[in-house]
Amino acid sequence: MSNSIHSSASSEPRQPLAAAANRPLLEIHNLSTHYVSAQGTRVVRAVDDVSLRINAGETLGIVGESGSGKSTLALTILRVLPMAAQIAGGQMWFEGEDLVRKSDAEMRHVRGKRIAMILQDPMASLNPLFTIGDQVAEPIRVHEGTGRAKAWQRAKDLLKSVRIPSPETRVTQYPHEMSGGMRQRIVGAIGISCEPRLLIADEPTTSLDLTIQAQYLSLLRDLQREHGLALIFITHNLGIVARMCDQLAVMYAGRVVESGPVSRIFNGPAHPYTEALLNSIPRMSDGRQRLTAIEGQPPDLSAMPHGCAFAPRCPAAFDRCHKEAPPEFNLADGRTARCWLAGVSARGAAA
Amino acid sequence: MRQFIARRLGYSLLSLLLLSLTIFFFVRVTGDPATLLVEPGASEEDIAAIHQQFGLDRPLWVQYGLFMLNLVRGDFGQSFYYQTPVLELYMNRLPNSLLLASVAMAFSLLVGIPTGILAAVRVGRFWDSAGKLFALLGLSLPSFFVGLVMILLFSVYLGWLPSSGSGTPLHLIMPAFALGWYFAASHMRLTRSSMLEVLGSEYVKLARLKGLPQALVIGKHAFKNALIPVLTLAGINLVLMINVAVVVETVFAWPGIGRLLYEGISFRDFPVVQGIVIMGGTMIVAVNLLVDVVYAVIDPRIRLEK
Amino acid sequence: MSISTETIILPSHAPPRATAARRSDFPLLPVIILGSIAFMAVFADFLAPHNPEVGALTARFHPPFWQDGGSTDHLLGTDQLGRDVLSRLIFGARVSMVVGFTAVIFAGVIGTVLGILAGYIGGWVDQVIMRITDAWLALPALTFAIFLAAIVGPSMWNIVIILGLVYWTRYARVVRGEVLSLKEREFVRLAVVAGCSKLTIMRRHILPNVVNSAIVLATLMLGVVIVTEASLSFLGVGVPPPQPAWGLMLSDGKQGLMVGYWWLTVLPGCCIMLMVLSANLLGDWLRVKLDPQLRQL
Repeated sequence: MSNSIHSSASSEPRQPLAAAANRPLLEIHNLSTHYVSAQGTRVVRAVDDVSLRINAGETLGIVGESGSGKSTLALTILRVLPMAAQIAGGQMWFEGEDLVRKSDAEMRHVRGKRIAMILQDPMASLNPLFTIGDQVAEPIRVHEGTGRAKAWQRAKDLLKSVRIPSPETRVTQYPHEMSGGMRQRIVGAIGISCEPRLLIADEPTTSLDLTIQAQYLSLLRDLQREHGLALIFITHNLGIVARMCDQLAVMYAGRVVESGPVSRIFNGPAHPYTEALLNSIPRMSDGRQRLTAIEGQPPDLSAMPHGCAFAPRCPAAFDRCHKEAPPEFNLADGRTARCWLAGVSARGAAA
Repeated sequence: MRQFIARRLGYSLLSLLLLSLTIFFFVRVTGDPATLLVEPGASEEDIAAIHQQFGLDRPLWVQYGLFMLNLVRGDFGQSFYYQTPVLELYMNRLPNSLLLASVAMAFSLLVGIPTGILAAVRVGRFWDSAGKLFALLGLSLPSFFVGLVMILLFSVYLGWLPSSGSGTPLHLIMPAFALGWYFAASHMRLTRSSMLEVLGSEYVKLARLKGLPQALVIGKHAFKNALIPVLTLAGINLVLMINVAVVVETVFAWPGIGRLLYEGISFRDFPVVQGIVIMGGTMIVAVNLLVDVVYAVIDPRIRLEK
Repeated sequence: MSISTETIILPSHAPPRATAARRSDFPLLPVIILGSIAFMAVFADFLAPHNPEVGALTARFHPPFWQDGGSTDHLLGTDQLGRDVLSRLIFGARVSMVVGFTAVIFAGVIGTVLGILAGYIGGWVDQVIMRITDAWLALPALTFAIFLAAIVGPSMWNIVIILGLVYWTRYARVVRGEVLSLKEREFVRLAVVAGCSKLTIMRRHILPNVVNSAIVLATLMLGVVIVTEASLSFLGVGVPPPQPAWGLMLSDGKQGLMVGYWWLTVLPGCCIMLMVLSANLLGDWLRVKLDPQLRQL
């Protein structure tokens, strides 16, 4: 193993209990990522005690406001964190290995090849000084050692599979010569180029026109089916979640407040935050006159209140909520909720 | 693209015009420019002749017209000391200054760029602090002091290098170092901040996410993008070097433009001084234009802009 | 399920040491140095052991006291005219300080005023001022200064004016940029709506907000101005003799260089270097302190 681990415990963490045959593709246990200021005085708990799982071929949606920790979580999975951020605890089990304990050199073989990621702004993610072909062929050449000609041919095929017209001409062009929608497809092509098992998409449609969003989403679905990809879809848009995702995790202030199958959560949210989110979506059918927003502001992650992070804004909060932070309770149907209200009706103890 | 160049060109011409106006204005601001334009110790007739030649009794705008006409024809007046046209003198000395500046520039880039990259990649740690120290020293030590100390060390105490003159590569080492020192620090600073900015960009993040090795991320993706502002600055600095090498050339008696300027002041040879200032300003305007145009040509983003 | 979770700190890169904390520390040493130089400048008459302008020809080229041939009479030696180096250094501080500060303030005032006018009033005023600024910026500072010095002749105040004329353009550029962004801010718009005259707005709202940048720029320019002044003196077009100036001392000292009279060049050079270094460090600190964008988490 690498020498970059400073382990304080004497025992090795045990493997997850699920059977090998249908064990989850990625299983995250109590992951925490903290940003520490240069003087060491302020600690921002960007990701706090997060546990998730995703099976092969599944789509997991991660939903939350900006600052809820979704992007940091994604970057943590791939261990591409800025210098000020450190993993403060937890494990990430991917195909039987703990990603947290891997060295940077070992992670390099995971990134792009076994787990890939799509970023939000396609214009910014593509290097303006290199051609499309170069940037799409690059991971193939690095991970699979393919020669230039073959890699470029694969790049053209990839562009075709993401439905970019006339890939032969596109391949020698530069990013700024493409439209926003095309650029995002190219980024998608880069993502699937080495046939990863898991694709993480961080708000991929946020910077696209509405008309193009639908096309892009259906493209993602098709790619997922064709390549047997598991997809983690990070978004703040519940409508997309409804269309694309099988499972859902709702994040607030760096913690997962609710998780489980999408349909069940939508039909009966267990956490007041989720309920408020669902209620705030304007619908033509309901009779409300005014838009409902959630009162208040998300908390300062470097100075978290005692008790539940959502309590200051929660309409259903009671005494205990302000004093003690609730643990994650397991509910029926593979759902979890981090709420004392759920604790009342939960059958199991804290996870 | 063509529009862009045309616009830029017009802008440069305007700058040149203002420059010449400024020079013209200042020469006349102290009263009788004839005192500047004649040799020291000239007679009454000489002064009258100068008045005639430059039309100093004529209205200002006529004078300016004559001035500009001469400039455009390349007539910068004649040096009192050398009795040759200023432009000719200038052109004779220019290659020497170019040589010195080129070597100094090469030195500053060879030192500045790698240290800047190293400081950026190891930001906050030892090499960054070392780099910052180096930059501070470079920007705070005047070039002539560096030159004098080097002479003391390498010519007087060690006797390795010649202290003045030109002719062999050995003569070039110390002046180039003294001249390039400041610019090495300046280039290092810019490389560092440019590199830091690029390292924080989304496309570098994606390059890492693709699983590319660190060498490729920095050497390919970050490097080329980070270097653009540095090379731009370097181009402008080269021309600047030629002009501010006055002191270094004086210290080392290097026969370039700078030394010519020094001679101009020492011998009260005003046409030479005026000529060098005009040429200096013109060169910088020209190089700014050139850099903008080259930038537009090589950067694919601007190239295809209508 | 109970999976043990040890706290594993696995940095992707090694965390930086607290260099940021050090950077924002008050630069004590630079301020002490600048203060000492200012002190020397003001109290030169009392501090200098000898008359800096008159020397005894019998006491030429004495080395500093710690070398053979030196004496404690002339702690840092004498120059080619027998003048005491230490006294000349002390009086030289006066020139550097006065010229440095005055020129920087002079350039700063002109540049800030023109920058505010250009930025706030806009239109043809902006065009004119900016075109002149760009044209003047194309003239290399040292060359321009030499040119002007050749025209008006050297004297201390001429040099100050010249340096002011050469360097105001740097302020104008920066200040104008700030003003342009300030113009869009709420409190300025409120003042406009309230009917304040342009002059009032510029004076009461814009000016206080650009002063910070102007001050930072001034400290950074101090070093540059001092080097330019020293260069001018070195070339013989600076402050005229017999008034001692560090640059002039360097020029004089060049004669003795080839025979190893190092103290005539190294000592004044070190003084220049210390002053410029201190000004630069102070300017860097001020920039971090006064610019809220650069403050760390």
